[in-house]
Amino acid sequence: MELDPVFLSRIQFAFVVSFHAIFPVFTIGLASYIAYLEARYYRTRDPVYEELSHFWIRVFAVVFGMGVVSGIVMSFQFGTNWSVFSFAAANFLGPILSYEVVTAFFLEAVFLGVLLFGRHKVPAGTHLFAAIMVALGTFISSFWIISANSWMHTPAGVELRDGLFHITSWGEAIFNPSFWPRFFHMALASFLTAGFVVVGVSAWYLRQGRVRESASRALAMTLALLAVIAPAQLVVGDLHGLNTFEHQPEKVAAMEGVWETTEGAPLLLFALPSQSQERNFLEVGIPNMASLILTHQLDGEVPGLKEWAPEDRPPVAVVFWSFRIMVAIGLLMIVVALTGLVLRLRGRLTDSPRFLRLCTWMIPMPFIAVLAGWFTTEVGRQPWVVHGMMRVEEAITPSLTGGMALFSLIGFIVVYSMVFVAGAYYLVRVIRSGPEAYRPQREEEGRAKRPFSAVDTPLDDAPAGATS
Amino acid sequence: MELIDLTLIWLVIIGIGVFMYVLMDGFDLGVGILFPFAPGDRARNAMMNSVAPVWDGNETWLVLGGAGLLAAFPLVYAVFLPALYIGVFLLLAGLIFRGVAFEFRFKARSSRYLWDRAFNIGSTVAAFAQGAVVGAYIQGFQVENFQYVGGPFDWLTPFTVMTGLGVVAGYALLGAAWVIMKTEGEVQDWAWRTLPWLLGAVMIVFVVVSVWTPLAQTRVLERWLDNAHVLWVFPAATVLVAAYIWRAIRRRDEGTPFVASMILFALFYLGLLISMWPYAVPPEHTFWDAASAPESQLFLLLGFLFVIPIVLGYTAWTYWVFRGKVSDKAGYGH
Repeated sequence: MELDPVFLSRIQFAFVVSFHAIFPVFTIGLASYIAYLEARYYRTRDPVYEELSHFWIRVFAVVFGMGVVSGIVMSFQFGTNWSVFSFAAANFLGPILSYEVVTAFFLEAVFLGVLLFGRHKVPAGTHLFAAIMVALGTFISSFWIISANSWMHTPAGVELRDGLFHITSWGEAIFNPSFWPRFFHMALASFLTAGFVVVGVSAWYLRQGRVRESASRALAMTLALLAVIAPAQLVVGDLHGLNTFEHQPEKVAAMEGVWETTEGAPLLLFALPSQSQERNFLEVGIPNMASLILTHQLDGEVPGLKEWAPEDRPPVAVVFWSFRIMVAIGLLMIVVALTGLVLRLRGRLTDSPRFLRLCTWMIPMPFIAVLAGWFTTEVGRQPWVVHGMMRVEEAITPSLTGGMALFSLIGFIVVYSMVFVAGAYYLVRVIRSGPEAYRPQREEEGRAKRPFSAVDTPLDDAPAGATS
Repeated sequence: MELIDLTLIWLVIIGIGVFMYVLMDGFDLGVGILFPFAPGDRARNAMMNSVAPVWDGNETWLVLGGAGLLAAFPLVYAVFLPALYIGVFLLLAGLIFRGVAFEFRFKARSSRYLWDRAFNIGSTVAAFAQGAVVGAYIQGFQVENFQYVGGPFDWLTPFTVMTGLGVVAGYALLGAAWVIMKTEGEVQDWAWRTLPWLLGAVMIVFVVVSVWTPLAQTRVLERWLDNAHVLWVFPAATVLVAAYIWRAIRRRDEGTPFVASMILFALFYLGLLISMWPYAVPPEHTFWDAASAPESQLFLLLGFLFVIPIVLGYTAWTYWVFRGKVSDKAGYGH
């Protein structure tokens, strides 16, 4: 069998970036939640807020640490597997990615330490300020990354001379046409992710009858927030879709499974798209809905995939189905959040065991939705690495062989699996030991200023008969 | 007309960044390399506690270096990484294992020995890979049309194995000198006994590489012969510093070996740059060929000028807070 380095490199990049993405998407939202808790505590001096904040800061520390470790690999992937792309796009990507490192470092160096270790060492106002700065820092960090990513979808502010991208306008390149919808879509996704984790964990404590006071308050206020954010995401997602329809219509055609240019295209609920036969099997759809959503007219025209040459079409089935998974989970999140709102208005939020169990089962859902969303947009960008300007097979490292790519792919899967299993196992232990284990207390002097050192839960049980 | 040579400014920034990384991650990788040789678990606790507060800050320089290289010298980034594909993978895997081991060792009880092993292997592999990068840089790369066209294992030669082992020995030297400075009692005694062996190993590699490089690379030989009247300072200074470390060992002078080992590294580093100047991607491409567009260099420079002082200040502050000797209690830098 011939090993294709391009295909293997795409798998490797998808694997590494997906693995990495689940950490920041959680920490971005969680940082804002912590800042909110700190602000409430600062104003009310209510110890419940302090207990909640204190506990979630510990979870934040672990997840942030995992994100940093998996992020190191990302900054080298471009060069090892996509050297032609990195060399060509360095004038833009280099400074943008460096600014991300620099701003992230700035945040970590100055404010994360204060947030993790400074509660009793700095005035309350300073601690709140640090929490806000950490939250702001996570957004600044995602600002640069989303800018670099958006630029690959909708390149602007550059011209291609002798195979190299040269900047003609930093403003146009950084704030490229799909930047804002993508940024807000991602920001809301982060809020949803953190929100559903907080809701799920709080519901679990309630079912166990632990920390009732803080868990019920966390559940109620987070569900109220989600009841606003989940529907808002539907609107922002729609705007992002319209933006894609304008700039990357072939991606939308793949998302909707439209092969022939159609007036009054149906919204397909189910279909099995076939790339080779250029049609769908087993279509089930709502007539005219896709046209209505995309053009706001019942008989609006939606360009079909056949407008593009076969080699210029994205892999339809992957885009089609990951889009549906994302939307289905998005709708489910709206239902859960609104159900929570109704239960709360009836005063039955914390004593419906079925709803609490549902909340806990929801924990993995936003992560799956985020990854499905990224798969939709990134696979939908194919076969371009920079849309309309550079193809993926032109971007690959020329010296890369299939064997090398396979070696590193397997290597990263092995390394990441071990790290992920250890990290996830540890995170579950931290959550199991609960806020009770983290009742605020004075920290000792001279403690290491690293995220993990903020957490005291042991990784495993002591060997029998041993004293630690 | 360009009034300022931005490429030169970036060369200085990246050069200092790489050197900072080598010095700072060097000693904590060194501690990892020496880990299995330490006399017992209490010694290992003390060693780990001595680097715990600072190691991840040290590795920030590597991330900054990777991104900064892409921004300022994209050709170096786009040739070195493909040419050293397998080596880069080993480096990253080593650093990940070691980073994770660092965190989990303190939390682990029954599985501690596994994390100890991950810490040691990860550190050693990472150090070796970095040394091989230096060797590969001296060897040069097969480049056509600004892309690497050589084979996957061109970088793995007897020469790069030599430089790889050299860096392992060098980092272990820095690590032992650091342990002497930061600990006392049994661990420190052990480090004092280990130091002369490491110094000897480093000096042997230094002699071998210094002879081997000019013989293998004619351009390096010419550089040294043409400028012999100035360049003799480097080998002479190296021998002097090594003798100084030797004297410190005999006098049990605690701070000197670490500072002097850093000077030793600085001499190697300068010697390397002088031998290779002005080539970024030998044998053909200079730093100026490898540079990105001036507007990109300028755009990022503004950010770096603002942030680098903060990074340096914060780094210095961390070292100040955690100054002095550490204990051998299993725990967390306290």
